[in-house]
Amino acid sequence: MSVEWYLVVSALVFAIGAGGILVRRNPLVILLCLELMLNAGNLALVAFARAHGNQDGQIFALIVMVVAACEVAIGLGLIVAIYRRKLPIDVDELRELQG
Amino acid sequence: MAEVFFFLAAIGALAGAIGTVALRNPFYSVLALVCHLLSLAALFLLLRAEFVAAAQVIVYVGAVMVLYLFVVAYVGGAEDPIRSAGSPSLRWASALFAVALFAELSIAVLGTGLTVLGEEGAGYFAGFGTPAQIGQLLLTDFLLAFEVASILLLIAAVGAVILARRRTGLEDPREISVADLMRTGSRDRTTGGEAGTMIEAGGPPQR
Repeated sequence: MSVEWYLVVSALVFAIGAGGILVRRNPLVILLCLELMLNAGNLALVAFARAHGNQDGQIFALIVMVVAACEVAIGLGLIVAIYRRKLPIDVDELRELQG
Repeated sequence: MAEVFFFLAAIGALAGAIGTVALRNPFYSVLALVCHLLSLAALFLLLRAEFVAAAQVIVYVGAVMVLYLFVVAYVGGAEDPIRSAGSPSLRWASALFAVALFAELSIAVLGTGLTVLGEEGAGYFAGFGTPAQIGQLLLTDFLLAFEVASILLLIAAVGAVILARRRTGLEDPREISVADLMRTGSRDRTTGGEAGTMIEAGGPPQR
């Protein structure tokens, strides 16, 4: 399989994730869509690493995984904090930070 | 043979991605994402990235997704009515944007004159992408990134604990226990309790 196929799959997953962030209002699902986009980036990185026969792209993908794990921990902490304050779990109704 | 596995994994990945976005119940969305991540791990294996595939399965599917499932179960994943994004026009605009983004990405990637694109990929040596190789790179060429990642993980862990703890102070040491948290949480909900606002978050104990 040539590398283009992997890149097309990666672009498709990225577009699906971006569309999902725009469509959904539940912050949990928005975090999931963020994961989709990060994974699409990972797939492209690993595909290029294979194309060049160089492992640096795989290291980059691992670091992206670390960043994604941190983002998930903070995001889920925020959602639990929102839930404890009995605020609606809905990004359209959480407007207090807009001033 | 590789083609068959590629198409199986790619279809699984795309189906999982679409399921994540389209399913209404967040619980099912998480399960669809697990399917997506497993298919992606298969794609990584096809690309000779053994260690990344293993980390994907262990870290993502094993740890991060379980954390998601616990939070969805705790928050009680309110069914998202699919009239989601306010008006239907906004939803169509979002879909249009996604399609346009895909077209643009495809043009940007495939339209360039990258010489690697048409080929199977460069030759690789024995042991390409194995834990030994990755570990050696992480501890030599990419030592700084490795250390920064560890500090980032520490900060995120501390931040998550601070964000998710109870805000009303900890005079009573029993409040730390999870069962107690659940009980007080449900009692507050039934009595309606003092409705919190964002401003109180992190403020002094409300008595």
